[in-house]
Amino acid sequence: MVNRPDSADAVVLDKVTVEYGKNRALQEVSAVFPRGAVGLLGPNGAGKSTMLKSLLGFIKPTAGAMQVLGLDVATKPTEIRARLGYMPENDAHIPGMNAVTFVAYCGQLAGLPHADAMQRAHEVLYYVGLGEARYRNVETYSTGMKQRIKLAQALVHDPDLLFLDEPTNGMDPKGREEMLELVRDIAHNKGISTILSSHLLPDVEFVCDHVVVMDKGRVATFGPIQELKGPAGRVYEVRIKGDLQKFIAALEAQGIECHETDEDIMRVFVPADHATGESARVFQLAASHGVQVRHLRPSLPTLEDVFAKAIGEA
Amino acid sequence: MSPIHDQTYRRYEGHREPPGHTWTVIAWAGIRNMLQKRAFLGLLIFAWVPFLVRAVQFYVAANYPQVSQIIAPAASTFRDFVSQQGTFAFFVTIYVGAGLIASDRRANALQIYLSKPISRTEYIVGKLATLLFFLLGVTLLPALLLLLIQISFAGNIAILREYPYLPPAILLSTLIQVLVMSCTMLALSSLSNSPRYVAILYTGAIFFTTAIFGALVAITGGTRVAWISITSNVSQVTDAIFRQPPSYESPWQISMLVILGLLALSISVLERRVKGVEVVS
Repeated sequence: MVNRPDSADAVVLDKVTVEYGKNRALQEVSAVFPRGAVGLLGPNGAGKSTMLKSLLGFIKPTAGAMQVLGLDVATKPTEIRARLGYMPENDAHIPGMNAVTFVAYCGQLAGLPHADAMQRAHEVLYYVGLGEARYRNVETYSTGMKQRIKLAQALVHDPDLLFLDEPTNGMDPKGREEMLELVRDIAHNKGISTILSSHLLPDVEFVCDHVVVMDKGRVATFGPIQELKGPAGRVYEVRIKGDLQKFIAALEAQGIECHETDEDIMRVFVPADHATGESARVFQLAASHGVQVRHLRPSLPTLEDVFAKAIGEA
Repeated sequence: MSPIHDQTYRRYEGHREPPGHTWTVIAWAGIRNMLQKRAFLGLLIFAWVPFLVRAVQFYVAANYPQVSQIIAPAASTFRDFVSQQGTFAFFVTIYVGAGLIASDRRANALQIYLSKPISRTEYIVGKLATLLFFLLGVTLLPALLLLLIQISFAGNIAILREYPYLPPAILLSTLIQVLVMSCTMLALSSLSNSPRYVAILYTGAIFFTTAIFGALVAITGGTRVAWISITSNVSQVTDAIFRQPPSYESPWQISMLVILGLLALSISVLERRVKGVEVVS
């Protein structure tokens, strides 16, 4: 049995810099990925894949230190990879093998005895939904099936931590939904911590509890998604007829946060601790200041808001 | 009702092999893969035909004294046999070796391999072992068997008394031959995603250097530049190991240095090319 030291956090990065020639792919990145499901979010080219590949030991950082499951990446890459499962972004398979042979082979590469690897391969292929196609050559698989087999090979040796790089790339809506269900099940019910790298906000929001947002090789923000979305309360889109500046001043005096947008609609955050109800509170203030409310629509803060704010698009 | 996948995924609590033995998994997978190909099995069988011919020769020499003076086995017989098997080793190298790394590169398999608890060295050793297995199977194995057959047909170990260096010479010469072939091929295989292109590249490297050597022989009238040709270097070193007169005028030590240089270059190429991620800066 592999010795499995315990660590509170799945991944810790301390001022990690990765350079490709003159380009800095990661710039003094410091972040903590707790156990559970963590989304690694960012636009294309933000440095997400570079971060995962650095954690796998594929790329050596020019500066900084990294820990995975409490083990130092620089000194114990093999021990780390024994406990990791990696689903790469692009198509990847061992040529000339059918699915069950391929997944069992990956299990053996990860240290499982032949018989155990074969048994696990069958189980995992059923789990990812490829049970009926497990004797087909991987090269004949569709894009969605190739995504599933990549997940299977990452799972076969029962890792403690999964790195999933854009797992829903190229999948149809139904397949995407099934893949996200699988990933959520793995992360929440199977005790396997998961880092989901994606540029798709809904994917991350569906699967993850925590998020690390990256932009231009830096960590823009990180933390629990609920916390980043802001305190309890409701956001409304409001349009009024009357003295806008006076009304904003009245709202802010009551502890209600207001943001004007480019159009005539403003976003109003009403804290949840008002006994009267958030929307009634807005109406009351409007009435008392002689302002007509022409439009009031609830707008829930989303991960998109967090993302936009973090990378400076808000 | 719980989803179906809940019934099929279990945590694994069984035994795990310690790191360091994974190259054997890679090697056996490669060997099994090749043995499934009928055309390749045909090539392997064909590569043993010279062994059968030599075995008949040894039988005749042992049992018909009137011809034994002409065809009696000597050190040169084994040296010639090793050289002869080089032709089959060339085809086996192309068949087995061209796709060993190139196919993995084409299928992006390197990041699958290297995301597992194996080192780049283990990966290379596993691939090298696949090629060496078959190459030794058509060079070292028949040569040693031939020696045993001669001893059994003759009913004595006279050949070993006369040429006591024969077993180590067979071992050393075939090892040098197959190491040069396999390391060169593996390095070339790591340079491309196309096994076909690698096969052409390898054939080109062998024939081009030999052609240049041939042209220089025609111009200079001597064979002092034999070190230019890969096959001539192996041949020159093999002559020295079997204590035979050298085939060319160049010293065998220079040929040995060229071979060592070629091996070092191949290892350097593999070190640079076998990576989990291709960085284009």
